[in-house]
Amino acid sequence: MRHLLGIEEMTRAEIERVLDASEAMLEISQREIKRVPTLRGRTVINVFLESSTRTRVSFEIAAKRLSADAINVSRQGSSLSKAETLADMARNLAAMSADVLVVRDSVAGVPHMLAERVRVPVVNAGDGCHEHPTQALLDAFTLRQSLGSLENRVIAIVGDISHSRVARSDIHCFTKLGAEVRVAGPPTMMPAGIEALGVKPCFSLEQALAGADVIVMLRIQQERLDGALFPSVREYSRTFGLTQRTLALAKSEAIVLHPGPINRGVEIASDVADAEPSRILEQVTNGVAVRMAVLYLLTGGES
Amino acid sequence: MSRVRIQGARVLDPASGRDEVGVVDLVDGRIESVGRESAGVPDEVIEAQGLWLAPGFVDLHAHLREPGQEYKEDIESGTRAAAAGGYTTVCCMANTDPVNDTPAVTEYIQRRARESAAVRVRVIAAATQGLRGEIMSEMAGLAAAGAIAFSDDGAVIMNAAVMRRVLEYARGIGRPVIAHCEDLHLRGSGVVHEGAHATCCGLPGSPAEAETAMVARDLELARLTGAHLHVAHVSAARSVELIRDAKAAGVRVTTEVTPHHLALTDETVRSFDTNYKMAPPLRSARDREALREGLADGTLDCIATDHAPHALYEKDVEFTAAPFGVVGFETALPVALELCREERMTPLELVDRLSTRPARVLGIPGGTLEPGAAADLVLLDPERVWKVEQPRLSSRSKNSAFLGRELRGRALRTWVGGRLAFALGEGELA
Repeated sequence: MRHLLGIEEMTRAEIERVLDASEAMLEISQREIKRVPTLRGRTVINVFLESSTRTRVSFEIAAKRLSADAINVSRQGSSLSKAETLADMARNLAAMSADVLVVRDSVAGVPHMLAERVRVPVVNAGDGCHEHPTQALLDAFTLRQSLGSLENRVIAIVGDISHSRVARSDIHCFTKLGAEVRVAGPPTMMPAGIEALGVKPCFSLEQALAGADVIVMLRIQQERLDGALFPSVREYSRTFGLTQRTLALAKSEAIVLHPGPINRGVEIASDVADAEPSRILEQVTNGVAVRMAVLYLLTGGES
Repeated sequence: MSRVRIQGARVLDPASGRDEVGVVDLVDGRIESVGRESAGVPDEVIEAQGLWLAPGFVDLHAHLREPGQEYKEDIESGTRAAAAGGYTTVCCMANTDPVNDTPAVTEYIQRRARESAAVRVRVIAAATQGLRGEIMSEMAGLAAAGAIAFSDDGAVIMNAAVMRRVLEYARGIGRPVIAHCEDLHLRGSGVVHEGAHATCCGLPGSPAEAETAMVARDLELARLTGAHLHVAHVSAARSVELIRDAKAAGVRVTTEVTPHHLALTDETVRSFDTNYKMAPPLRSARDREALREGLADGTLDCIATDHAPHALYEKDVEFTAAPFGVVGFETALPVALELCREERMTPLELVDRLSTRPARVLGIPGGTLEPGAAADLVLLDPERVWKVEQPRLSSRSKNSAFLGRELRGRALRTWVGGRLAFALGEGELA
């Protein structure tokens, strides 16, 4: 792997190599001294041009547990506010001998654009509505912990599919690992031609959850109300919210994922989010391990 | 007296239907004779065996960026690129800075053209003041100053009542209204064609219906007003159907299609390359097929480039932040020639769409090899293979959707009023 830009570009073998490497990284995070010298002397720059807590901190911890130097750049206070173009900023960061650029941006394709312009491995930490590959990898890792294999498992992804980079990366990742993926949400949140990604669109929770092994609930962004994609939060939570009642539509041992941050009482009820089937906090724990594995593999850890 | 004889070329003149190898004599900037040698000894004889000789191309949709955005292009650089593409007349859109909505700006552009242009420049003026889609521009005064058509182009007139009045008023002046048909609400934040490719790469899509709904509206308004509506850069299959039906019903509508919409599809956006970002967006393979069919059967009248120069650094940004548009003068011919190679159109039909019909649509001279007409001609090699690379483009901006591709077909010489406006350099002949 030269870059990690999207799951779409990855083979099943590459995905499994990251997941396997993550097992060892998880073990490091469980030690009392959570640090190994693997990436000592390396520099990881986290360029987060869209707000993020979880992913930014997760990448920073991942870099530090491997003894790399981690530097964070955000939009505010950066040269972008002086009208420097993103491409120029990336060239400058690369010129400081960065070893990895981790990039989060609100526009699809930005990590690809930068990867073409700098000679440094680029990790996509979420680009617009396109992909969020490390989220999908940590989701797959979490499911592998609980289910062993994803082969022939039925996975329902529920929410604003149109605007979700998590949905796209999850779809690519889960289907490559052999799962059957359904996506559900109101038609206003279902993008054109989603079938081309090898999934079945459903317009009701009943249809989506029947026989499901896994439910991935997506965050509903209340700012989407402006786009008139749904009439009210109340109506959304009634029709597509996951509650104890609707959870019962899935298999009895079904597990629940959410990329966070959760809207309690909107897309997911508190008693579901905090209960047994939820793996939401495991996802966060595993996120660090998966990102350690990604940084390790991209900096030539394999050789 | 200056006499130039071009002999041995395949002479293509859609106006007369001529398609045969023959001699063309030019005398003092005019076409003296076609098919036979005229009396008198030529000063220069050009041997053109294996080449095509056609009336110079007429582009009825281009952005020359002068006045106001000369860092992207100006009349000198833009028309030099046009001549290199075989064009002898280009029509420039009104979205300059200041906007061309007053006779003073129209006259300024024409003066700058007289001073610096390599080819003829005809001016399209704004349909509404400031391109705001509210109050119509002084169309009579603009026409008197030289404007040949009216358009707000990408600043779509969203208010149907305003569009109706614009069409009515333009009809009285005897000039067409050129409409960029795109419902800006339906487009929303869309930057690429809505479909599986947009969905896969997570870029905001704009459905084909953003165009077709507006085409339908404007066709109805053309029917209502009896005005001449020219639909710019048709991109969707359904638009072709609507236009075909309207033409059959007698609506005064003409149309154009760009080379990039004839050649490319929305699959290109998977690269996130901003040189595939234009409005309207590149659409599906099915849409592209309908455009080719529509051009071949005459539903689509003209090929127009929508030449839209942008500086490299303006395109070297996030996809959604990049400006819409691509340059087109120098690649139009080889891209369009594909339709002949695929036997979708005859060479005569192709020259018709590039030259004769655009001139007729706008009611301007050009597009003919008739003796007595101004010697606006292009000598081209339909087989010349060349690679599109930034240094080879004469345009000040290099934002071509065909960069890096090998294209087949190239203008070798372009004459405007008998004067050589372009000759492919010796270094390029190899």
